[in-house]
Amino acid sequence: MTDSTTTAADPPPGSPAPESSERREALGRALRNPLVGPLAALLFAIVVFTVTTDTFATAGNASLILQQSIVIGTLALGQTLIILTAGIDLANGAIAVLGTIVMAKWVFDGGDPLLALLLGMTATVVLGTVSGLLVTRLGLPPFIVTLGMLTVVYAVARLYSGSRSYAVDEPLLRIWGQGTTVGGVRITWGTLLLIVVFAAFWFALAKTAWGRHVYAVGNAPESARLVGIKVNRTILSVYVAAGALYGLAAWQALGRIPNADPNAYQTANLDSITAVVIGGTSLFGGRGSVVGTLIGALIVGVLRSGLTQAGIDNLYQDLATGVLVIVAVSLDQASRRRAAR
Amino acid sequence: MSSTTGAGDRGPTTTTTTTGGATPVLEGRRLSKSYGHVRAMVDADFALMPGEILAVIGDNGAGKSTLVKTLSGAVVPDSGELLLDGRPVSFRSPIEARAQGIETVYQDLAVAPALDIASNLFLGREVRRSGPLGGLLRMVDARSMREEAQHQLDSLGVRIPDVRQPVESLSGGQRQSVAVARAAAFGTKLVIMDEPTAALGVRESGMVLDLIRRISARGLPVVLISHNMPHVFDIADRIHIHRLGRRIAVISPQTHTMSDAVAIMTGAVEPDEVGGRSHYDERAHRREAGTA
Repeated sequence: MTDSTTTAADPPPGSPAPESSERREALGRALRNPLVGPLAALLFAIVVFTVTTDTFATAGNASLILQQSIVIGTLALGQTLIILTAGIDLANGAIAVLGTIVMAKWVFDGGDPLLALLLGMTATVVLGTVSGLLVTRLGLPPFIVTLGMLTVVYAVARLYSGSRSYAVDEPLLRIWGQGTTVGGVRITWGTLLLIVVFAAFWFALAKTAWGRHVYAVGNAPESARLVGIKVNRTILSVYVAAGALYGLAAWQALGRIPNADPNAYQTANLDSITAVVIGGTSLFGGRGSVVGTLIGALIVGVLRSGLTQAGIDNLYQDLATGVLVIVAVSLDQASRRRAAR
Repeated sequence: MSSTTGAGDRGPTTTTTTTGGATPVLEGRRLSKSYGHVRAMVDADFALMPGEILAVIGDNGAGKSTLVKTLSGAVVPDSGELLLDGRPVSFRSPIEARAQGIETVYQDLAVAPALDIASNLFLGREVRRSGPLGGLLRMVDARSMREEAQHQLDSLGVRIPDVRQPVESLSGGQRQSVAVARAAAFGTKLVIMDEPTAALGVRESGMVLDLIRRISARGLPVVLISHNMPHVFDIADRIHIHRLGRRIAVISPQTHTMSDAVAIMTGAVEPDEVGGRSHYDERAHRREAGTA
């Protein structure tokens, strides 16, 4: 990074062709792209498991990994938005679980499926908004707000469900588990939805003023305020959007497993943070991307699938994931220190 | 020298440090502001003439930051009048002042280090794409913002190889230059700079002072708040001295020395005791114009 900046600033006297230095600059910029690390890790994992196991590199397995990554991936997308503003959401799994229970119980009690869906989504949006309001209006730390929400929402989910789970067979609520088969590979609608939603938020973050404001608010809130960005409104918008994504995750979860269980997704909050961090988004806000998060979610999915197929104990999978998180955060810390220098 | 270039470019008749009967670009009359029992600003006057670089100096606690915040919209005065081009105005926030063409460069820069230079230049006022991409999808026009940013920096002589670099990859002087260039690009009436060289080394300070001169040469008047007397005497056309919450004198680098300025600022002497001529108010100021 340092090297390429200096070359860019003052090209050596009589440097050969401007074309080659331009190419070097472009290469330097590409290598500095924060997605390079996560992408390399993903490819490395895929290559290793392809070589070491017979069952990993099949289209069926790829499809399965994608399906397994959907719920955490969608939760991690909301988590990314919040972390970009230098926040964190510990309650996203609990909120999604409450969403599944509202949807499933409403149908179970004989309610209209569409209304059940809307109510479930409304619940998650409202809960996201509550977190956002507590963070922006009362100025409370997001960690504490969402820690409180985590406990409250899980308790509400248990109370509301009577601590029992609800089976779901309503087609509308199961739709994302359905799909089509292309050349022997099963592609669920949920997988396609995941890609569409990530693309939409990539666009919003990278190509709109709102996206730039999200980054600015996370990176330098005081500066953002001084240039006229409505900081609190931007942060609130992020929590509301995340709430909507958690609703989508709830819907996706019912598509994947036809059962709404108040004790499900207990570690989804940490898994989503893992995906975000491995994907190169900084926990300190202002840096990162949703593409990184998608890669991060896939890395976790690939590791789990590959290690399982290599016959390695679950506990080692957790160990590997944990090590990856620490490596990712260390790299982020190191690059921040270099930048601050 | 700098005193005549600034005023001379735009000032209608006179070539002295003041501009005869011209209307101040920004004028404050009897501005007051109290915080509880603390009277931070007491009947303070202020006048910025077209095309000039006006330095504002004052000891710590003299209330100059309250004055400057009032001018930039960050503080709403309890009483007093603010006139922009002779028209009364009132700002409830820096955003409102900005909308009227008053740009402020803050001491702590107000940049987002992780964002690139072009994004920082347009932060908070992004240019949207024309057509449905901009209207419906609210897509920003990154290319035109990059081109405009490069053009702005080039025209101000700020050497930046690539506006896609993150601001954090720049040196302190370059960062400050980006902040100053942003103000110059959007300031239509005046630019306020709060201690722009406070955090910079000698060479980098020189770079920023040159930049301020170039902005002034374009005809954009500049209010410069600084503790650095050599910098103030280097580039200011006139010097507003603030003490005990009010303007106590306006002097010129040509008629007063740095020690005069410091003596007035600290209250060691009364303004009229020192060698040169200082001006309590604009009328006296005008009467004495030409005698310097």
